[in-house]
Amino acid sequence: MSMTVTEIRRGLSNGEFSSSEITQDYLARIGRHNPALNCFISVTEDIALAQAQAADEALARGESALLTGVPLAHKDLFCTDGVRTSCASRMLDNFIAPYDATVVERIREAGAVMLGKTNMDEFAMGSSNENSWYGNVANPWNTAHVPGGSSGGSAAAVAAGLAPAATGTDTGGSIRQPAAFCGVTGIKPTYGRVSRYGMIAFASSLDQGGPFARSAEDCALLLQAMAGFDPRDSTSSNSATQDYSAGLEQGVEGLRIGLPKEYFAEGLDSRLAAVIETAIGELRKQGAEIRDISLPNTGLSIPTYYVVAMAECSSNLSRFDGVRFGHRCDNPVDLEDLYKRSRGEGFGEEVKRRILIGTYALSAGYYDAYYLKAQQLRRMIKDDFQQAFDSVDLILGPTTPEVAFAIGAKTDDPVSMYLQDIYTISLNLAGLPGMSVPVGFVDGLPVGMQLIGNYFDEALLLRVAHSYQQVSDWHLQTPGDFS
Amino acid sequence: MTLKSDDVRSIAHLARLHIAEDALDHYVDDLSNILALVDQMNQVDSSGVKPLSNPLDASQRLRPDEVTETDQRDKFQGIAPDVAEGLYRVPRVIE
Repeated sequence: MSMTVTEIRRGLSNGEFSSSEITQDYLARIGRHNPALNCFISVTEDIALAQAQAADEALARGESALLTGVPLAHKDLFCTDGVRTSCASRMLDNFIAPYDATVVERIREAGAVMLGKTNMDEFAMGSSNENSWYGNVANPWNTAHVPGGSSGGSAAAVAAGLAPAATGTDTGGSIRQPAAFCGVTGIKPTYGRVSRYGMIAFASSLDQGGPFARSAEDCALLLQAMAGFDPRDSTSSNSATQDYSAGLEQGVEGLRIGLPKEYFAEGLDSRLAAVIETAIGELRKQGAEIRDISLPNTGLSIPTYYVVAMAECSSNLSRFDGVRFGHRCDNPVDLEDLYKRSRGEGFGEEVKRRILIGTYALSAGYYDAYYLKAQQLRRMIKDDFQQAFDSVDLILGPTTPEVAFAIGAKTDDPVSMYLQDIYTISLNLAGLPGMSVPVGFVDGLPVGMQLIGNYFDEALLLRVAHSYQQVSDWHLQTPGDFS
Repeated sequence: MTLKSDDVRSIAHLARLHIAEDALDHYVDDLSNILALVDQMNQVDSSGVKPLSNPLDASQRLRPDEVTETDQRDKFQGIAPDVAEGLYRVPRVIE
């Protein structure tokens, strides 16, 4: 089962199958394969079947919206009214969201069918999906390897054909890195393009929602449904959205694409570099002009990111206090005991580490040395990109320094896990859009190529990815055990 | 920057986070390693650079101070650990 969203829409409109039929097919596939992969925390079968039936009735009346009858899955940090929204945390294991996230609302209004809620690193903190209260997710290409994180369940579900598309969020690479590791296409839009309302916050100045799908063409459809101004998100951008599908066929002729030398330096697996080089050759053949550029502060992005992200996380996660919702410890002796034990029991190790570092970085006497310093470096990193965009239209590099690593390989060393994010996190610091596109394999595991655009230039990224996908079929490959 | 057990104890208290005594050493090591990574920031002189808090340099949008939400107390309290008569219950704070 490897249909794209585009194919599903065509099949539905031609009457080849009904939404109820394909929804049942996907639910059956989830039932069969989820035990091995653990992509889903909750399967919302009753909702899916009811929404599919409503979609079939709408289609029969000749009413068709952007995603009418298309099944998809939501990362379990988007609030879904009446459905558990756990953030893969014991803290929210009992949390039935009392409202819908804007992303969930918009996708529902576009006619889509919700299959369920996908697994992730707890509170989106991780790069391997090993930090989940509900257990790790397996990579469909090799189940002994990680799917990436934090949106690992969404990426693995699309790769294994348990959903044709899924939502994710990206704070430091959490859409692009799992997309790369699982061989699917994913886009992180410009900061503020997709509403954060009802998206449980990790680091508010970095978080951004976006889609996973099997092609750039599908991502364009999904992004069209998700993007746009939302008065309920105080940092939502009110600039107009583009038509993301309209320009897909325009090709890459004459586009200036920059290769940052820092993204091809020491630390990048040479076999992966060779795969990326081949993809660059295809774009050159299609008429793109390839230029060498430099992003000199790339190396600083990891320490800068971890200070900003951890400081904001410690502040955001202070709302989980065991009083109004979420986990509460048994028999608290006083209010302080209630706070401390509820939080100590409710949060996993990585979340605690980040809260502690963030609390330290924001504490009296350390603020200037850590948070303020990080914000200064953040501007320098942003300025690097702005300077680069004076001479190129977009930037290209690897999404990750290596392919998906083995489960357990990095769990004992948080710092080595953080270093995995070297090519992705600077975009979140700068607020720029980025995309990961499958371009080949190393050791039987997928390789992702990252495209980086200027602010609100998502349509250009999708166009370049689509152009590449017209002459390659890496994005359509399916893992043998789940085909 | 290397932390000691007492540092981690006091940070955990500030964060209202219970850390078991036998797990302290583990956190001391992990947090010290993370701070060593973070200290790489000091390799660069950033004096005079204006801090960036919003990546688009945008400022907070304001709206008129009007009531826009309806009362959903029962719905919200339906997921609370302990409520009574419309109030959230916690252990006694004032003796």
